[in-house]
Amino acid sequence: MPDQPLLDVRDLRVSFRTRQGSVTVVDGLSLSVAPGDILGVVGESGSGKSVSMLAVLRLLTNPNVTVSGQVLFRGRDLLSLPDKEMRAIRGREIAMVFQDPMTALTPVYTVGWQIAEQIRAHEPVSRKEANARAVRLLSDVGIPDAASRVNAYPHEFSGGMRQRAVIAMALSCDPSLLIADEPTTALDVTVQAQILDLMRELNTRGSAVVLITHDMGVISQIADRVLVMYGGRAAEEGPRRAVFHGPRHPYTWGLLDSVPRVGGPRLRRLPTIAGMPVAPGSLPEGCAFAPRCRLRHARCEELPVLSAGNADAAHRDACWLPPDQRAALRLTTRTADSEVAS
Amino acid sequence: MLSFALKRFGSALLVMFAISVLVFLIFFATPGVDPAARIAGRNADPATLAQVRHSFGLDRPMPVRYLLMMRHLLVDRDLESFVNRGSRVIPQIVQATPVTLSLVIGAALIWMVAGIVMGTAAATLRGKAADPLIMLVGVVGVSLPAYWLGEVVNLITQKQLHSSVFSWVPPPGYVGLGQDPGQWALHMLFPWLTLALLYAGIYARLLRGEVVTALGEDYVRTARAKGLSERRILIRHALRCSLIPIVSLFGLDFGALVGGAALLTEVVFGLPGIGKLTFDALQNLDLPVIMGTVLYAAFFVVLANALVDILYARLDPRARHA
Amino acid sequence: MTTPLPPSAAEARRSPGPWRTAAADLSRNRSALAAAVVLLIVVAATLCAPLYAAHVAHTDPFQSHVSGTTVVDGRTVPVLTPSSTGLGLGVTPIGPTWDPAHYFLGADNQGRDVMARLLYGGRTSLFIGFTAALLTCALGTAVGVVAGYAGGVVDAVISRVLDVIWAFPVYLLAICLSVVLLTNGLRLGPITVDAGSLWLPVAIIAAIYVPYIARPLRGQVLVLRNKEFIHAAVGSGAPTLRILRREVLPNVLPTAIVFVPLMTALAMLTESALSFLSVGVQPPDASWGTIIEDGLGLLYTRPTVTIAPGLLIALTTAALNVLGDGVRDALDPSARLRGGV
Repeated sequence: MPDQPLLDVRDLRVSFRTRQGSVTVVDGLSLSVAPGDILGVVGESGSGKSVSMLAVLRLLTNPNVTVSGQVLFRGRDLLSLPDKEMRAIRGREIAMVFQDPMTALTPVYTVGWQIAEQIRAHEPVSRKEANARAVRLLSDVGIPDAASRVNAYPHEFSGGMRQRAVIAMALSCDPSLLIADEPTTALDVTVQAQILDLMRELNTRGSAVVLITHDMGVISQIADRVLVMYGGRAAEEGPRRAVFHGPRHPYTWGLLDSVPRVGGPRLRRLPTIAGMPVAPGSLPEGCAFAPRCRLRHARCEELPVLSAGNADAAHRDACWLPPDQRAALRLTTRTADSEVAS
Repeated sequence: MLSFALKRFGSALLVMFAISVLVFLIFFATPGVDPAARIAGRNADPATLAQVRHSFGLDRPMPVRYLLMMRHLLVDRDLESFVNRGSRVIPQIVQATPVTLSLVIGAALIWMVAGIVMGTAAATLRGKAADPLIMLVGVVGVSLPAYWLGEVVNLITQKQLHSSVFSWVPPPGYVGLGQDPGQWALHMLFPWLTLALLYAGIYARLLRGEVVTALGEDYVRTARAKGLSERRILIRHALRCSLIPIVSLFGLDFGALVGGAALLTEVVFGLPGIGKLTFDALQNLDLPVIMGTVLYAAFFVVLANALVDILYARLDPRARHA
Repeated sequence: MTTPLPPSAAEARRSPGPWRTAAADLSRNRSALAAAVVLLIVVAATLCAPLYAAHVAHTDPFQSHVSGTTVVDGRTVPVLTPSSTGLGLGVTPIGPTWDPAHYFLGADNQGRDVMARLLYGGRTSLFIGFTAALLTCALGTAVGVVAGYAGGVVDAVISRVLDVIWAFPVYLLAICLSVVLLTNGLRLGPITVDAGSLWLPVAIIAAIYVPYIARPLRGQVLVLRNKEFIHAAVGSGAPTLRILRREVLPNVLPTAIVFVPLMTALAMLTESALSFLSVGVQPPDASWGTIIEDGLGLLYTRPTVTIAPGLLIALTTAALNVLGDGVRDALDPSARLRGGV
């Protein structure tokens, strides 16, 4: 297994200059994606998950934004690349798919034209060849009658089909990394399942995937590794099984507990995480989750560091609670919840 | 498709009919307005008035008068002016048309180029110093009264700086393109610029808003993620979508101007175009000419509306399936 | 450990309503504020017209002073001198003296103080512009809302009428109506408007621009009508008038409000054009447009008479346009989201 990660983000910081002062949306995020891996990034709205990935591809065009840190892709720091080289990476080595398929495509050009445009921007092929590839790509993602659909306009596709077309377009130059920002949130549950299948298939063909979502269920189905974000920082990260079966961070506990389980005990009230998500403008000095955490204590005023607790070095969390008592502590909060319920 | 076109055509005819009736009523049904008095001159005695009325058919019942006028105008095409007896309406309009077309086409070329360049530049330079400067030109263009600007231009080119900078500017008037192209262009230059300034302002402001909106849309973000150059994104994606409402508006404005909406510019610069013809007729209550020119104008507005609808469907695929 | 946590600070602070947010946005827009200041100065100056005429210039700007004299640099000079250019006919009035007490901007061809006339003219122009704008916005909104909400035959009829009005080139219609109505005034049932009244241009300008306002508003109401909250209101059995008042109107009001400053600018330009063509404001009243026309005969000798009112019109309409842009940006929620990313 190759040593070097495909994508290695180190201490990424993104802040916006607003009327109220500087707002930090991503605060010292570090993550890595191995080739062929699927990384699921999960967190609430405002946790900085989308912004961090947009920063990776340098798609933040707002003049009031400041990005610092290092984003190493195959060893090269993307943040310091000249524009021309960055453009060569976008769409060819790293591709990104966004949440709302309804507005993702330019309405005045056919889907085939737009796919061909991407291909021809990166590879010296003829229009005919690019078009033929577009047809193949559309049928690969499961769009029926691709040969005639390639000449259709975006508004002639349904939501699910449009998202597939967008994914087809993103994969047109065989990128080694696909970043998908909430690709199924705007779609029906049945369509969601199909899109996830599609992603799984791409992964088997060799692309790494970073899947951003707020849905733990999606993560559990598809991710190899999980990164839980809160308040612009990493709360917990590790292999999927480890995170789901042995979560270490109180926030992760809250996320997992709030998903109702079909076979589980019947709850009188759905557990929720108390309080409101932290606003990007008011990140505390210490742990961002502390104000909402039942187990907060004096040490939480200090910013926690991502560290591995037990034997598994690949599973890390950012919490000051004693590393070997996590499971027990989790039980105490669960009991507290059920006390409230009754 | 055919039934749609027929429906539009029928509706257009209806609108033109309504306009002709409206004009007729305004001038003939409003109490106190008596074209006969205008024609006969001041202090005409009742006998003269009666004679005028009879010879102009003004003593017939109104629907008859209307039908007669319409017949003369559209079928026989020999409708005559009230004021210039013997001078027919349609030839007058035909003669005035090239003047107006010269003015409008020339100005349109200038304002579209200027407006699009200014609007796009302001949108891409948004936030930097050039943006408000460009938009200032736009606001000025929209705020200056066009006729006043024409008079000031005349003042400067004919009097103040005539002997020094603008000695080459000919006096106000029109020279036909076929007669002398050089003089034609010289005579039209300042009318073009004056008319274009107003519209360039409108279009620059409009386009800037559209382009700024387009640049914030999701599809532009997708285009960036595809690795396209900023220039390609601006022109092929943002501008292409922004120009749709611009082109529609242009069609409507152009149609209105060809029909005589530039009358103030024509009056100020002494151009004998449709606008001036209409204005003179209105001042003289010369109803046949008024009817002719108003219908002419309305025709172009209605035509422009229909063409713009068709053009819009061609430009915006989403409109085709409405 | 079982006590619930207190609500966060964010929950405790209630967010301000849309009008307050818009007002806050507008107050931060520097160019819009500058424009508003310019407008206030212009309006204040024109309102002071009688004061200026009586106490500063000591003149009656509506009275001819053909054979009068005035004092310039201590010397007494006639206001009008026989013209030395051209054929020697006509008169040349005194030019700008830059002395507020004695023909600050000079005299026109009837010996009247131009500066004083400009101030009085401004009152007329602003009155007509603003009143016509209010009328047309109110009428246009009403018509548009009725057409959009009622649909069916009502909408079809109203739309056709609007189409006919709008197919008439705007200035042509205004001139037509003005020419015709200026002879005898207007009698519409109980409403009588004299030929010389300022309400005539107001009414004409308001009428011709109704489609300009009504059509976009109708479009907006058509979209609104299909929204769920309207369906909910209808389904709950609320009477139509209440739905219009409580659900539809608050949503279209911002659009209508944005139109007011822009429409005022448009109305002022239209009025000045009509007055310039002698079919707008009639003597003895004066407006900036009539003063421009008065000055045409003097264009080459005393251009101030024509240039000054034009500059004032341009200044006022520019300020109105900038303010209108600011109001639109403040009231348009999508403008707030357009922040890049």
